Amino acid sequence: MKMLNLTAGALIAATGFSSAAFAQTTLTMWYHGAGNKVESALINQIIDDFNASQSDWKVELESFPQNSYNDSVTAAALAGNLPDILDMDGPIMPNWAWSGYLQPLPIDAAQFKDFLPGTKGIYDGKLYSIGLWDAAVALYARKSTMEELGLRTPTLDKPWSKDEFMAAMKAAKESGKFDAAIDLGMSDKGEWYPYAFLPFLQSFGGDLIDRTDYQSADGVLNGDAALAWGDWWQSMFKNGYAPGTSEDPADHENGFIDGKYAFSWNGNWNAVKTMAKVEDVEFLPAPDFGNGSTIGGGSWQFGISAASKHADGAADFIKFATQDKYLAAFSDAIGLIPATKSAAQMTENYKEGGPLAVFFGLSQAQAKKRPVTPGYVVESKVFQKAAADIADGADVADTLDAAVDQIDADIKRNDGYKTH
Amino acid sequence: MRSSLTSSNRAGWAFALPGITLIFAFIILPFFLAFGFSLTNQRLISPNATRYVGLENYRDLLGLAVVTLDAKRDAGGAIERDAEGRPEFPRVRSVTRNPDYPQYRGMREWFRWTGGDKAHVVIASDVVFMKALFNTCLFVLIVAPLQAGFALGLALLINQRLRGITIFRAIYFMPVVVSIVVVSLLWRFIYDGHDGLLNNMLAALSWGHFRPVDWLGNPDTALGSIIAMSIWQAVGFHMVIWLAGLQTISPTLYEAAAIEGASKWQTFRYVTWPGLRHAAVLVLIVITMQAFALFTQIDVMTKGGPLDSTQSLVFQAVQRGYGLQDIAGGSTISVILFVIVLTISLLQRWLTRER
Repeated sequence: MKMLNLTAGALIAATGFSSAAFAQTTLTMWYHGAGNKVESALINQIIDDFNASQSDWKVELESFPQNSYNDSVTAAALAGNLPDILDMDGPIMPNWAWSGYLQPLPIDAAQFKDFLPGTKGIYDGKLYSIGLWDAAVALYARKSTMEELGLRTPTLDKPWSKDEFMAAMKAAKESGKFDAAIDLGMSDKGEWYPYAFLPFLQSFGGDLIDRTDYQSADGVLNGDAALAWGDWWQSMFKNGYAPGTSEDPADHENGFIDGKYAFSWNGNWNAVKTMAKVEDVEFLPAPDFGNGSTIGGGSWQFGISAASKHADGAADFIKFATQDKYLAAFSDAIGLIPATKSAAQMTENYKEGGPLAVFFGLSQAQAKKRPVTPGYVVESKVFQKAAADIADGADVADTLDAAVDQIDADIKRNDGYKTH
Repeated sequence: MRSSLTSSNRAGWAFALPGITLIFAFIILPFFLAFGFSLTNQRLISPNATRYVGLENYRDLLGLAVVTLDAKRDAGGAIERDAEGRPEFPRVRSVTRNPDYPQYRGMREWFRWTGGDKAHVVIASDVVFMKALFNTCLFVLIVAPLQAGFALGLALLINQRLRGITIFRAIYFMPVVVSIVVVSLLWRFIYDGHDGLLNNMLAALSWGHFRPVDWLGNPDTALGSIIAMSIWQAVGFHMVIWLAGLQTISPTLYEAAAIEGASKWQTFRYVTWPGLRHAAVLVLIVITMQAFALFTQIDVMTKGGPLDSTQSLVFQAVQRGYGLQDIAGGSTISVILFVIVLTISLLQRWLTRER
C-alpha cells in the first residue's frame, strides 16, 4: 500500500513538472473530414508542424464526418461546448456569426490580400473565416466529342451563349451515342443544388434574394428573368437532355467517365480522377445565358469560435496553416484550387499550363458567392426544393411564387436577420 | 386501502426506475416541450428571443379556403377554350397574389374541380403539409390491411411441422433484422428507372414488351413503390406476432373440429380466427402506429419528391425542424400527428373491445 502511494505521488509530481516545463495551452479544433484518409493526413501534418514550431500552443484535432458536421456544431453551440478553432462551409458562416458562434478573426486582412475572393468569409464588414482553397464547377467535355459534334470550344472570354449551349445539347442527344446529353448531378439533393445551379439563375438575371438588403426575394426569384430560367430549366428535363431527380448517384461520379453522357456539370474535386481515365477531357466555362457566365464560390474555411478564450493562439494557427506550402499540399492531394496564385505555381495541376489551371481562372473571374446572409441556410433549402420540383415538371410560376413566399415569411419570422 | 404499488415494494420501484426515467426524459418531456414550442416561434438556432405566437403555427399549417374562378371570356363575352375545348381559367396567382384579397396571400392550389364555366379551387396555406397528411393517411390505409393480411398468410404457411420449416421462417423474418436504411438503399437500386432489377425482370418476363418505368422518379408510381417495399420489409415482424397467437390455440380445439367434420375454412373461421383476437388487436395497432411514423424510406429513397408525391408527416416535421431550422413548425406537425394517432388508437380500442 505504501509503495503504491509513493508511486502515485511520484507520478503526480512528474506530470506537474512536465506541464510546468512546457506550459503549452491546448487549443481544440474541429474538422469536417473524418473518414477521408488523405485529408486527415494533411491536416494532421499541419497540426504537428504547428505544435513543433512554437511552445505556447498545442492544437488538438477532432474530426467529424461531413454529413453530421453542421449538426454537431449546432449541438455543441447550444450546449456551450464549441472548440477554439472550427471549419465551416462558406455560405453557412453568416448564420453562425449572426447566431453568435463565431468571432471575427483577429488577423490583419492584409495578410490575405492575395487570396481568391471565394476563400474569404466576410460578413457585416468583418472577416470571420478564411479558406485554404476554393472549389469551382466546370462543364466537363471530351475533345473528341466536341469535334465530332462540330462544336466551338468556349473560352473564358467567349463562353457559349444560351443558343450555342442548347445546340450542343441537341447535337449530343441526336447523335444517339449517349443516355443523355448532360449529367447535372440531380440526385445530390443538398447544398449541390444552390452551389451548382444558382449560377444559372444568376446568369439569366435572377437571384435567390434581393442582395441590396437581403430582406425579400419578391421580384428576384419570381421575376421575368427567374421565370425564363425556370422554363429553360424545365426544358432540360422535358426534352430529355439531362437525367432528372431520380438519377443514380453513382452516375454523377462515373457516368461521364463511362461515356453515358456527352457533358457533365461537375466540380473540380472530380477532375483529377476524370483526367486519369478520360485522356481528352476538357473543362469548359459555364454558358452565358445573357447576364454573364458565373459559377459558385466559397468552400470550407477556418474560423474561431466566440467562446474561445485563446483567440490569439487560434489566430496564430490559422496564419500558420494558410502558408503557401500547405495550400499547395492540399491542392496536390485532393485537387482543390489553392487560395493564392503563388501557391498555385507550386502545384502540379494549377501552375501555369497545368491541366487544371483553367479552374483557377474560372474561380478568379467568375466565382459569385451564394447570398451572404444568415437566412441563407433556409433559402438554400427552399431553392433546392423549387429547382427539384421544376425539374420534375411543376408549374414554374407557382413554384417560384411559393418559394418567394416561404423565404419572405422566414425573413419576417426572424426579424429580418438583423445583427445584434 | 394502499395498493400494492405503493406499499413495501421498493425493489419493484427500483427496478422500474431506470425505465421510467428514460421514458420520461426522452418521450414524455419532449412531448410537452413540443406542445410548448408549437405555440411560439422557436428556432433551432437564433440570437433572437423566442416569442409566444398563440395558434399562428396551427393556422399556417391548416389554413384552407375555396375560391371560385370564372372562365376567361374574350371581348364578345364567349368563353375562351383551349385546344381540347375545355374552358380556360385565370391563374390562381391572380387571386393569391392580388392585393385585393389579402386573406389569400401566400396560399397555393392544392386541388380543384371544374363544373361548367367555373372552377372551384381548394387553396391551402401549406400545400406541402396537406399533401404529406394525405399521403400518410393513404399509406396507413393501404399498408395496415395488406401487411396484416400477408403476415397472417405467411404465419399460417409456416405454422406447420415440415422438415426445414425454420429456414422459411428465417427467410421471411430476414428483412426485419436488416436495417431499414440498408433495405431502402437496396430497393432504390431495384427501382432504378434505367436498369434496375425490377425493370429488367419485368422486361424479361414480357419478352421485352415492357417499357422501363422510373418507379421512384414518377409522381404516379413513387408512393406505390414505397408502399410495396414497406409492406415487404416489416411483414415478417407481424408474421411472428401472428405465429405466436397461432401457437397459443390449443390443438384439442382442432381435433374437436376435425371430429365434427369441419371444413378447412370452417376451422379457420370458427377456431383459428377467434383464437387470434388479441394478436389481431396488437398487430393492427402496431402497424398503424408504425405506418404513421413513415420516415426512413422517404428520407433515403425520395426525400419527399417527385412533386411532393411521397411527402410524409414525420419527414416534414424533421425537414422543418432541422432543415428549415423552424423548430416551432416541426413541433406543430408532431402535435397534430400525436392527436391523429391518439384518436385512431382510441377508436381501434373501442371498435375491438370485448363485447
